[in-house]
Amino acid sequence: MTNRWLVRRSYPFGQLRSELDRTFGDLYGWSRAPVGRAGARRGTYPAVNVWEEDDVLRAEAEVPGLKMEQLEILVQGDELTLKGEREMENREEVTYHRRERGFGSFSSVVRLPVEIDVDNVEARLEDGVLTVTLPKAPSARPRKIEVKTSNH
Amino acid sequence: METTTAVDKRTGREVGTQEPTRTMPRYRPLVDIEEHADELRVIAEVPGAKAEDIDINYEQGILTLHARVRPRQPENVNYLIREYGIGDYYRAFEVSETIDPSRISADYTDGVLVLHLPKAEKAKARKVEVKAR
Repeated sequence: MTNRWLVRRSYPFGQLRSELDRTFGDLYGWSRAPVGRAGARRGTYPAVNVWEEDDVLRAEAEVPGLKMEQLEILVQGDELTLKGEREMENREEVTYHRRERGFGSFSSVVRLPVEIDVDNVEARLEDGVLTVTLPKAPSARPRKIEVKTSNH
Repeated sequence: METTTAVDKRTGREVGTQEPTRTMPRYRPLVDIEEHADELRVIAEVPGAKAEDIDINYEQGILTLHARVRPRQPENVNYLIREYGIGDYYRAFEVSETIDPSRISADYTDGVLVLHLPKAEKAKARKVEVKAR
């Protein structure tokens, strides 16, 4: 099986690259993208946006055509992994004029800036958009510290 | 005249310039175009669009697809990681086949739009028998 997610990384020899990836995928680091380095995630599918809302982080990814059961969402410490696979439909009686949509298996790892309360992670999928709500671990939440004054 | 730019979602690269409608960025949806015996099928990825916000128009051989996308983040959102942008989708195709516009239909599930463009009767492939002399 070829892997279009990888071919699309502006690689001029798509077919060759896909063959290499099939065999040596891990060498290219796609199954576990190196995180923490600037630009290391360039071209990783799916792309991820993360923002902060009070005591939670929300991570969002566009995964059109996928059902929740085709997605695997893993949180370990401060690392979020989105995994899945979209099967390639190949029908003999069809002529393809364009094929731009991706297929194949994918894995995307992002490092979050804070520790996550992994027991309370929630995910929802709507119109091809996956939103993962990641509550901050209690240790990562800002605490209001009362400063006692000794003024009289 | 001011123009807006169509942007490829993954690369962030400009892919074309179109007439302006709104000032938001517009993204070019990824598509597969399949030719079946009796129809052309355009499969477009427009994640985040609601079915009621998708406009499809076919006029004089030009198929246009415009999907409005409502903001999903709170205003003044502070992104910690931002790898893609969010905005409307727009793409236009010149359809070279002869199709029957009155029978165009569309389905939308999970961010994927499937457009069925039935071929007009006269454009359907006919098997031509070759007689041997």
